[in-house]
Amino acid sequence: MQLSAKEKIDLTAKWLFQATGILIIAILGGIFFMLLWNTIAFLIQVKPLDFITGTQWNPSGSPATYGILPLLVSTCLVTLGAMLIAIPVGIGTAAFLSEYASKHVRNILKPAIEMLAAVPSVAIGFLGIVVLSPQLGELSNQPNGLNALNGAILLAIMALPTIITVTEDALHSLPPSYKEASFGLGANRWQTLCKITIPASAPGILAAVMLGVGRALGETMTVLMATGNASAFPKGFFHSVRTITATIAIEMGEVPYQTTHYYSLFAIATVLFLFTLIVNLIGEYYVNKFKKYQAA
Amino acid sequence: MKKLTPIIEWGTLLFCTGLVCFFLILIIGDIVGKGLSVLTWEFVSTLPSKGMTKGGVLPAIIGTVMLTLITALVAAPFGISCAVYLNEYAPNTWLTRLIRASIRNLAGVPSIIYGLFGLALFVQGLHMGTSLLSAGFTLGLLSLPYIITTTEEALRRIPASTREAALGVGATQFESIRDMVLPTALPGILTGLVLTLSRAAGETAPILFTGVAFYINNPTGYLNQEFMALPYHLYMLSTQHQAIEEVRPLAYGTALVLILVVFILNSTAFYIRYKHSRNEG
Repeated sequence: MQLSAKEKIDLTAKWLFQATGILIIAILGGIFFMLLWNTIAFLIQVKPLDFITGTQWNPSGSPATYGILPLLVSTCLVTLGAMLIAIPVGIGTAAFLSEYASKHVRNILKPAIEMLAAVPSVAIGFLGIVVLSPQLGELSNQPNGLNALNGAILLAIMALPTIITVTEDALHSLPPSYKEASFGLGANRWQTLCKITIPASAPGILAAVMLGVGRALGETMTVLMATGNASAFPKGFFHSVRTITATIAIEMGEVPYQTTHYYSLFAIATVLFLFTLIVNLIGEYYVNKFKKYQAA
Repeated sequence: MKKLTPIIEWGTLLFCTGLVCFFLILIIGDIVGKGLSVLTWEFVSTLPSKGMTKGGVLPAIIGTVMLTLITALVAAPFGISCAVYLNEYAPNTWLTRLIRASIRNLAGVPSIIYGLFGLALFVQGLHMGTSLLSAGFTLGLLSLPYIITTTEEALRRIPASTREAALGVGATQFESIRDMVLPTALPGILTGLVLTLSRAAGETAPILFTGVAFYINNPTGYLNQEFMALPYHLYMLSTQHQAIEEVRPLAYGTALVLILVVFILNSTAFYIRYKHSRNEG
């Protein structure tokens, strides 16, 4: 082959590779544009203030109401519950793995955690219906246990592998001199863990928590199956709630194309998108912080 | 009291770890325990019958396999090519940083929003309708950031000397990538690809509006038609069916098949990784 022909192929290939890189920006831009476009179409028809402060979501009623608050509070309630369970359990497990467990135990536990991460969300939601729901129903004297607590427990299970893995990375990347200094001053393993290792790895642990929150906020199938989806304003953990993701999943299949109701689902998706974006950006900030720390 | 404290401390951590293991054992144990009696050859090789209270899950298995294949065909070339650009060509400019930021953000976008995007772009915008192809494309987009990240990691592990040797004997940069870098990185790339596909195979939210159906009566997956998929079939059997208690065994069977598909894909990935790491050492 001629050298000039080779060079031409080389250049073409470079352009092709670069084009796929730019395509990635286009996909994110496309998602953002789609959300924004439909949200604007929605906000032309419904007053923004009614949308943000409305306490009732009833698009098929007359008059139709599009208040996002009950959905947003539901999403936050379930995510908060999930984190109240997942953060202590996740940090505890990560601490056990990195500080106490022998190599043999780690070799069993790590694949087990990866396995837990691989279970599809719909299978976890199914367990919420068949195992957790009867138990919780009995606990709260209700016919079934499809409520916010059920969703929170399931989301905690789903967020745990992320939180454990990232926290363990953070604990592990701490320079050994920190611990050695603490032991040298006569502190025992537990004191060192609580007073030195965990505080010093705080940025990494925060990053882990943020990644877990991001996962819980955006999860659809488990909450759709396990929280009962009552559209009333959420009253507490033992009541049925309906998150933003579940609302989109339930209603998108039924609405006619390009109606106010159709646009409204994109509008709540935009709110969800912004929430997860902010949470992920905070997480990323702390990941970079603890990576910098690690390098030093 | 002083003697008790270490036990309580140690017990706290052990309790947390035990709880995580308990969750895993509960999930696997319940599904395998109650699904195993349903899992027969007939269950995986026949169509659902009698309003889905009898029969098997063959169309859902075929649907999920086809869907995963389309996802791979869409996401692998684009993802690998983007990773090659980022690792082999990209200068450190604002454009490169923007591409990297986009990938990180795409990885954090909730899967239901990918479903909305697939609906707006493929189903309505490009007039592909609710079909296997639309759903496959949507899952392809969802998988892209993971494939790019894992491929780039695999490429980064290739030492610079591999590239320099190829360039030194007169290969162009493209030839060095095609004949040296990519073949050497192949096991790593495959591991990432298969892991990503195992995630995609279990996804439900993105295919809800882009092509999945309650029931279809032909098991051959046509690209332009709606299809059945294992995760959606499980969702449907456990929440939407008229006789939920009656079909519970079928739901367990479906859950078991789904988990088996995901775990088989996962084990394949770990096998590739394991074999490769042994060859290296």
